[in-house]
Amino acid sequence: MLQIKNLHAGVEGKDILKGIDLDVNAGEVHAIMGPNGSGKSTLASVIAGKEEFELHQGEIVFEGAEISELDPEERAHKGLFLSFQYPIEIPGVSVTNFIKTAINETRKAKGLDDMPASDMLKKIKEKADMLEIDRKFLSRSLNEGFSGGEKKRNEIFQLAMMEPKLAILDETDSGLDIDALKVVANGVNKLKSKDNAVIVITHYQRLLDYIVPDHVHVLMGGKIVKSGGKELAHKLEAQGYDWIKEELV
Amino acid sequence: MSNLKDKLVSSYIAFEDYLGHDSPIHELRSDAMKVFEEQGFPSKKEESWKYTSLKSLEKTNYSLFPKQKEKHIELKDVREYFLHDIDTYKIVFVDGVYSSFLSETTHDSIDVCLLSAALNKSKYQPVIEAYFNKVAEKDSITSLNTAFAKEGAYIHIPKNKEVEKPIEIINFSTGNEAAVMLQPRNLIVVGENAHVQIIERHQSLSENAVFTNSVTEIFGEKRAYVDYYKIQTDNPTASLIDSTYVSQQQESHCRVHTFSFGGKLTRNNLHFYQYGERCDSTLNGITIIEDKQHVDHNTLVHHTAPNCESHQDYKGVYADRSTGVFNGKVLVDKIAQKIDAFQQNNNILVDDRATINSKPQLEIFADDVKCSHGCTIGQLDEEALFYMRSRGIAKKEARALLMYAFANSVLESVKIPELKQRINKLIAKKIGVSLGFQL
Repeated sequence: MLQIKNLHAGVEGKDILKGIDLDVNAGEVHAIMGPNGSGKSTLASVIAGKEEFELHQGEIVFEGAEISELDPEERAHKGLFLSFQYPIEIPGVSVTNFIKTAINETRKAKGLDDMPASDMLKKIKEKADMLEIDRKFLSRSLNEGFSGGEKKRNEIFQLAMMEPKLAILDETDSGLDIDALKVVANGVNKLKSKDNAVIVITHYQRLLDYIVPDHVHVLMGGKIVKSGGKELAHKLEAQGYDWIKEELV
Repeated sequence: MSNLKDKLVSSYIAFEDYLGHDSPIHELRSDAMKVFEEQGFPSKKEESWKYTSLKSLEKTNYSLFPKQKEKHIELKDVREYFLHDIDTYKIVFVDGVYSSFLSETTHDSIDVCLLSAALNKSKYQPVIEAYFNKVAEKDSITSLNTAFAKEGAYIHIPKNKEVEKPIEIINFSTGNEAAVMLQPRNLIVVGENAHVQIIERHQSLSENAVFTNSVTEIFGEKRAYVDYYKIQTDNPTASLIDSTYVSQQQESHCRVHTFSFGGKLTRNNLHFYQYGERCDSTLNGITIIEDKQHVDHNTLVHHTAPNCESHQDYKGVYADRSTGVFNGKVLVDKIAQKIDAFQQNNNILVDDRATINSKPQLEIFADDVKCSHGCTIGQLDEEALFYMRSRGIAKKEARALLMYAFANSVLESVKIPELKQRINKLIAKKIGVSLGFQL
């Protein structure tokens, strides 16, 4: 589904990502872990097409097509979804209106008509219930005055509504208490299928107890320095990152 | 010396003779003409006109008393400029002359009619004497209007009367001549505990030049509620100086909303005077302009009594080489304690070449007041754009959505749903997108 080959990217000519290789197949869950400043969020942003980052070398292939020249919205239309670490507040646009616009714009790009209003309402209700989201919440301005947990839950709500092929969850666990974490993880698990894939970016192993990864990668200094199964996450939780640094030396 | 000024001065004598010297406002007119003759059009040397030049208007050969078109304007051709989905009173002028065909006036317990009638019929004389030109400033541009004041809307709502239908005041210009100057004069008196909603538009029906110098006086008596909406979406060849003066008595609520999307040059002088305790004044505006359009908001709220409030919220979005001005003054007299005055002016410059000059001024002589003001000038938030685009919303629509969201706080306070919907559509049209939902 996603093949990243020798990806070098950064800002102002300087590499933040220094040669990333990553293969994600349909049906898989990948976790990317690493200390602060290792390039995890940059990787997520580069995949999603944030314009402030330059791609210096390498390629990003999604569903068989090179996407690094595409606009962020075109990548979204192809089925890529980034759940933001810090979702943006947009006063004056309600959660419902925002998601309706996102879905219908995506349908428009595919040459489809708007989703019928009744189908939209039904879907909103179903996904809101799954994530234990209060109906009142949906008429509030997008992310405005939301708690950290509410913002993250709202990201997963949008993920559930958009049903992407590949979801990248950037630090979705930060700001969540354990109950909210379970609800969010449960939501992600329900959306998982053999046809889609998830990349979980996180500091901590905590979320991975609920969203169990098939592969765990350690990102340090802009490179994936170690990959393994879910047991790697447990080892990192218990021992930190120092032992990997030592291994590298 | 300017051409237009000369023309106005020399036309005035004939105009005066034509109207007759026994008019109840004859002396007011003559005095006003003297002021204009002495001062002429305001120049950029004056502080409050620093960023708005009238030079190109002064050089244009405007017809001052436009010839009348022989044919009626058909209702179907101008229907879109009315709030046609609801029932309203209408006071309509075509090239400065009242159109009974397009209007729907009334004298049934309220007066929704013409200033010319009020000026000429003796039964209105007490109202004219009590109110006409009483709150209007005596600056040169307002004086020019006073000197030539002949026609406009006259609205008098007596005590305790709640007017259910909104009143529309529409000034059409047909482009019958290459360039015309219009000077409508409106007088609106809202009695004690009376309620009224008014919508005002100036609309040219051709690409010929029009220069409108409009003056409106609004009087809100005790506990009166006045909601006034100005829709400024005229053609790019139209220029407008709109001076609106509001006088408020105790516990009255007056709100003026200004939506400036059109025109070549628009100058709004919007001045509020609070003369009683517990008054509430609201001045809201959305400006969205492009190309070389220019919109200048000059506001004043003068608090002369204690325990009052004022709220100003002006939003502006400027594209291309457009220029905006916000010059907002709040004046609190020494006696006016416990005032809560709020002023906010937020601007987005969509292009590097667009300009906004924002100047909040607070002059406070009382010591126990709450006054706050804020001004921001920025660009569309890149992070927010990326966020929306990453959810599949294309760049153009994402920008539009952000602009909508930005202007929304002002739109929310529009109390007539059909009007709100109309303004929504006007904004969508201006930005060039259809979003498929109402905010």
